[in-house]
Amino acid sequence: MRVAPKEIQSFRDDFTYTNSAAAIERFPFPFPEDEYRYSVNIEAHQPKGGEGSAFEHYIDVDEHYLSEMAERELVLDDMPSRCLAMPHMELACWDMLERFMVSLAEDYPEHFALTRDGDNWHWENKLLHIDDHFTFGDSTTLPRPPLDYIGRQVQGDFALMDQREGNLFMDAGMVTCPADWSLAFDAGMSFDEWHGPVPMVHSEGIIERARKYLMALPVGQPVRRLNWTLTVNARMDTSSEKYNEWGHERASITPENVGEKIYLRVEVQVLDRMPRSNAVTISIRTYLLSLEDLVTNKAWAVRMHRTMKTLPQALIDYKGLTRFHGMVVDYLSQFDPAN
Amino acid sequence: MSSIDQMSVKVTAIEQVAPMIKAFTLQPLEGQLTPFSAGAHVVVEMGEGEQRYRNAYSLMSNPNDNRQYQIAVRLQEASRGGSIYMHEQVAVGDELKISPPANLFAPAWKANKHVLFAGGVGITPFLSYVPVMQQREAEFELHYMYRSQQTGAYSAELTEQLGDACRCYDADQGSRCDIAAVMADQPLGTHFYICGPESLIEAVRATADELGIPAGAIHWEEFAGAKPGQPFKVELSRSGVELAVAADTSLLEALEAADIDIQHLCRAGVCGQCVCDVTEGEIEHRDSYLSDAEKQSGKQMMPCVSRAAGERLVLDI
Repeated sequence: MRVAPKEIQSFRDDFTYTNSAAAIERFPFPFPEDEYRYSVNIEAHQPKGGEGSAFEHYIDVDEHYLSEMAERELVLDDMPSRCLAMPHMELACWDMLERFMVSLAEDYPEHFALTRDGDNWHWENKLLHIDDHFTFGDSTTLPRPPLDYIGRQVQGDFALMDQREGNLFMDAGMVTCPADWSLAFDAGMSFDEWHGPVPMVHSEGIIERARKYLMALPVGQPVRRLNWTLTVNARMDTSSEKYNEWGHERASITPENVGEKIYLRVEVQVLDRMPRSNAVTISIRTYLLSLEDLVTNKAWAVRMHRTMKTLPQALIDYKGLTRFHGMVVDYLSQFDPAN
Repeated sequence: MSSIDQMSVKVTAIEQVAPMIKAFTLQPLEGQLTPFSAGAHVVVEMGEGEQRYRNAYSLMSNPNDNRQYQIAVRLQEASRGGSIYMHEQVAVGDELKISPPANLFAPAWKANKHVLFAGGVGITPFLSYVPVMQQREAEFELHYMYRSQQTGAYSAELTEQLGDACRCYDADQGSRCDIAAVMADQPLGTHFYICGPESLIEAVRATADELGIPAGAIHWEEFAGAKPGQPFKVELSRSGVELAVAADTSLLEALEAADIDIQHLCRAGVCGQCVCDVTEGEIEHRDSYLSDAEKQSGKQMMPCVSRAAGERLVLDI
C-alpha cells in the first residue's frame, strides 16, 4: 500500500511527528545481520520491495512530505546559509533539478507534472501548489536559484560534489536535516577531508576505495547505501549549527522514557552521476522511527538489540550515543528471547 | 561497464573529415540519449566473435544535444583492428553498441582560463568543450596541431568560429606550435589540457615543470590505451580456465573473448574499474590508476593495458 502525504506535523518544540502503521511497515530497517559490522554496503538504486516500499521509486515521497517541507522552510528562513552553491556548480544544480523533476513527474503523476518543449519547461507541484514556467538553464526565470528551488520540494538533504584533481569536492548543497554535521563547515572540502572524523575506516582504506568507486560512477546507474544513528526526539535538524538546541537533550533520557524518546534515524543515501556537469549528487533521505514503534516488529526488535549490544565503543562515541547507549540496550533486551 | 548496460545505436551518417579520419553520427534505436559533459567518451563495441573490438572514443557533438552523438575515428594502420574495422566495415544503417558516456577528462571549471592543446584526432574532446565554454563564458584558447595530409579535421570551421581563440599549426606546411611560448604567457590560475600523442603530453608536462606550473593544472587524455607486448599465458584460479594472450591483444580483450565480463569504463588504465587480483606471476604495470605501493605489491593489475612481465600470470577470477 502506498502512503499519502498527511497533514503537517512538527519536528521541534512539541514534536507532533508520528508514523502510521503503514509507515512503520515500510521503514527502511538498516541492519542485515545480528552483529554490527562496518561495510561500504553499496547496492544499485533499483526498485526493491514492491509497491509501497521505500525503495519503489528513485525518490520516495511518503506521508511526511508536507511536514518535512514545512520544517525545511523553518530552517532556511532562520539560516539561509543551509543552502549554498558555488558559482562553478550552476550547471550541476540544473542537472539535479532535471533529474528530480523528471523522476517525480514519472513516478507520482497524481502529485507532479512536467511539460517540456525544448528549454521551455512547465512544472506543477500539486502538493505544494506550485505552478511555474521557466527556461531550463536560465536561473533568472525561476523564483529561486535551481538548487534552492527544487530542494524545497524534495524530502532529504542534498550535496553536489564536483569531480576534479582526482577527488570529489562538496561545492553545493541544501542541508537542513543532517545527523550532526554542517554544510557550511564541509563546503569546499574534498571527500577525504569531510570523512576525516569517521573512526575505524581510515586504516582499512575504506574511504579511498569508496572515493575511487564514486569517481567511476556511470551516468544513469545510481547507487544507494544506508547509514544510521540514534536521535533524541523526532528532531530532523540535528545540525552542528543547532547543537546548542539539541545536544543537551541527550541528558534527558531515562530508563522510563528511552523507548518513547529515542529514534532510530536511518539515512537512505543515493549517489548519482549528473550527466551534463559530471558532478555526483548525494541525496540523504532521513527516516525516523521511535524504539517503541520499532519493537512492534518482533524481528527488528531482536536484531536491533543484538546490533546495539555489539556496537564498538569507537562508534558509540562517534555517533554521540555514549550517554544513553546502555539504556537502549537494556530496553531492547526485554524483546530478545535469547536473554 | 558490463554488457547489460550498453545502448544500441544506429550509424546515421559517416563523413570523411580528414584524409585519415572519419566522423560517425550515432542515433539511439529507441528512446533518447543522455546529455553528457564536456570531455566525455563512450566505449564503442563493434563486430562480433573473433572480430569483436571495443574502443573508447571521445564524444565531439554538442553535449546538450541528446538526439545524436558524434565520434571521430582516426585510421591507425598499426592498430589492433578497431579503427580499421570502423573505417572499412561500418556503413550507414549499421548498429553498434555503446556504453553510457563517462568522463575522465572534464574541464576544471574553477580555472581562470583554459588552454587546450590538441594533436591530430585529439581535437575531438575539445569539440565538446567549446560549446560549453562559450555557454559558460569561460576564457579559453585552442592550439591545434595536425598534418593536413592525414588529420586536421574541422580546422577551418574552428578558425571561423573562434577567431583568435583558435591557432592552427599544420606540420605539413612547416607550422609548429611553440609550446613554451604559449604556456609562459598565461595568467595565474590557467589550466592546460592536452589530447594527443604521448610526445605532446610529455612536452607540455616538461614545460610546465620548467615554468613552475603546478602539476594539478595540467590535464591530459592519451589516445586509447593498450599497446602490444610479449605474448603470455593467464590462468584463472577460480574457474581453472587457461587463456593465451597474443602479442597484439590486451589481457582484458582476451578475457572478454572468453566471455568473462569485466567492468570497464576507459580501457586505458585510468578509471580503475577493471582491476584484477593477481596471485602469481610478475606484472608489467602500464596503468596510471594504481598507486606505486599497489604496483610494487604485485597483487593487483589493470588488464586493459598492463601485461605479464614473464610468461604466466594467475588471476583470482
